[in-house]
Amino acid sequence: MENDKIKMTVKEYSEYVESKAKKSPIIKNMIFAFISGGFICVIGQVITNISMYYEIPAKEAATISTVILIFLGAFLTSIHVYSRIGKYAGAGSIVPITGFSNSIVAPAIEYKSEGFVLGLGANMFKIAGPVLVYGIFSSFVVGFIYWLVLFVR
Amino acid sequence: MKIGKQTIKLQNTPKILETSSTVGPKESAGPLGIYFDIKCSDVFYGEKTFEKAESKFMKSAIDNLLYKLNIPTEKIDFVFAGDLLNQCIASGYCIRDLNIPFFGLYGACSTFVESLILSSLFVNAGYGDKVIAAASSHFCSAERQFRLPLEHGNQKAPTAQCTVTGCGAVLVVPNSIEKKVPMVTYVTPGKIVDMGIKDMSNMGAAMAPAAFDTIVTHLKDTERKPEYYDAIVTGDLGKEGTDILIDLCKNYGVDISKVHRDCGKEIYDLNLRDVNAGGSGCACMATVFSSFFYQELKEKRLNKILIVATGALMSPISIGQGESIPSIAHAAAIENEV
Amino acid sequence: MFMEYLKVFITGGLICTIGQVLIDKTKLTPARILVVFVVLGVIFTSIGIYKPIVDYGKAGATVPLSGFGYALANGVMEAVREKGFMGIFTGGVTATSAGITAAIVFGYLGAVVSKPKLK
Repeated sequence: MENDKIKMTVKEYSEYVESKAKKSPIIKNMIFAFISGGFICVIGQVITNISMYYEIPAKEAATISTVILIFLGAFLTSIHVYSRIGKYAGAGSIVPITGFSNSIVAPAIEYKSEGFVLGLGANMFKIAGPVLVYGIFSSFVVGFIYWLVLFVR
Repeated sequence: MKIGKQTIKLQNTPKILETSSTVGPKESAGPLGIYFDIKCSDVFYGEKTFEKAESKFMKSAIDNLLYKLNIPTEKIDFVFAGDLLNQCIASGYCIRDLNIPFFGLYGACSTFVESLILSSLFVNAGYGDKVIAAASSHFCSAERQFRLPLEHGNQKAPTAQCTVTGCGAVLVVPNSIEKKVPMVTYVTPGKIVDMGIKDMSNMGAAMAPAAFDTIVTHLKDTERKPEYYDAIVTGDLGKEGTDILIDLCKNYGVDISKVHRDCGKEIYDLNLRDVNAGGSGCACMATVFSSFFYQELKEKRLNKILIVATGALMSPISIGQGESIPSIAHAAAIENEV
Repeated sequence: MFMEYLKVFITGGLICTIGQVLIDKTKLTPARILVVFVVLGVIFTSIGIYKPIVDYGKAGATVPLSGFGYALANGVMEAVREKGFMGIFTGGVTATSAGITAAIVFGYLGAVVSKPKLK
């Protein structure tokens, strides 16, 4: 695979490229991720607290907060605002649950041109699908081990 | 006639009679904005999908080319064209409406020079006297195919590049045509070079070795030094790839730093946030050559240039399977008559 | 109350910052990062180390995707306690059913009403 004129092995070339590549401004990115991620979580807590103020039990209040955040992520994506936030926020927009709904709406908008079933429908989970697969699968594994521990003594 | 390892001397020196370029909003607003023929402010170009829009950019470039020369499409012998999309649908659906015998090409971002090489070889051999070479790309359709959806809240790496939206088209004619226009003198088709880079967000690093290989082979085959050329212009190595290319050449004993230019670095203002390492895509070389560099040649501010378009021959599937990014670079020497 | 929000802010911010380090220092794509967070959320909850983080940070620990894993793990463990073997199948998805349905419904609607645009 190596080129006869370039006097480097693949590994050496890779190291050379790494040393030359412009690095992301990691400290700046970490600060923005911290602030934006923290802020989205605070919004979630505010929604939960408001629900509990209206005497909704804690578990349902948390669910309401999750649902509203998912709605916000989807809404902001559909009006082309979420991607702008994401450019600065980085992980602060990907890691919260709003990032989950963003990753569902974003591909679906583009693939709409291929129809509602095979275009929009099939591509909604292009990025978010693995979250459900591996999340549910790992909960199954945990459940199985837990069952073994509890019932098979 | 083949000379050296992989260069072909075009003994009948075909001419590039005219060029045409269409670009999208970002390119229109860039440093080379004034040079492009048709500047579209709508990335959809009035169409419903990105793919249809890209076809329209190509149709508009070719129509404009023929309009400038007052030649009807029936008089065109062949067209060599390509783009980045799967099955080259942007080119295919565009040429469908033009009724010209068509060679669809895929060289990733090297397609424009690949088209120009084949068009020139055809005319040089007398197989046609009006042959069009064209290539297009579109930021949105390329992002959809190769990367993440537009609305996804992700950050691009500083080494990433921005696909150019637009199309460049040229008409190649025999030397016997009575106009003094730039000629294609030598062409050097490239070999695929793969130095094991797997990072799709650093294409410059993946493609620089291919550009290096083609450039030094061309210089050796033609027994020319870099200084022979007023400019050695790569397509889309961007900031990262340019630095690497110059280093690789220096290590080999060839200094191209004084004459090297890169279309990807010139088409956008590199200080803008979204642009990162510069422009890329077939249209990068196609539009910048068909506008800016062609004009520089016609007005004799440059008289001899070597254009080297680079392409990364991977797909999302091969990357997903853990493969590295093989690249290729094709070169063509374009010179004014002495 | 301010203290409560401060704890939420710090916890959520830190978890997202870990994600940012993964983006900048590794070649992990967003999809893989989401998977890492969810699965770690499930695992840490099952071995008992995520609950203290939730107690301290509340929404700061439940809003990030690791919180989705927390809900999945708690759901399955509760279902196994109550229903035995079948709980392994029902618990996770039941606990996160509202989130999954919301994601599908709002995701679909959001995509339907939106036109593709260049950013």
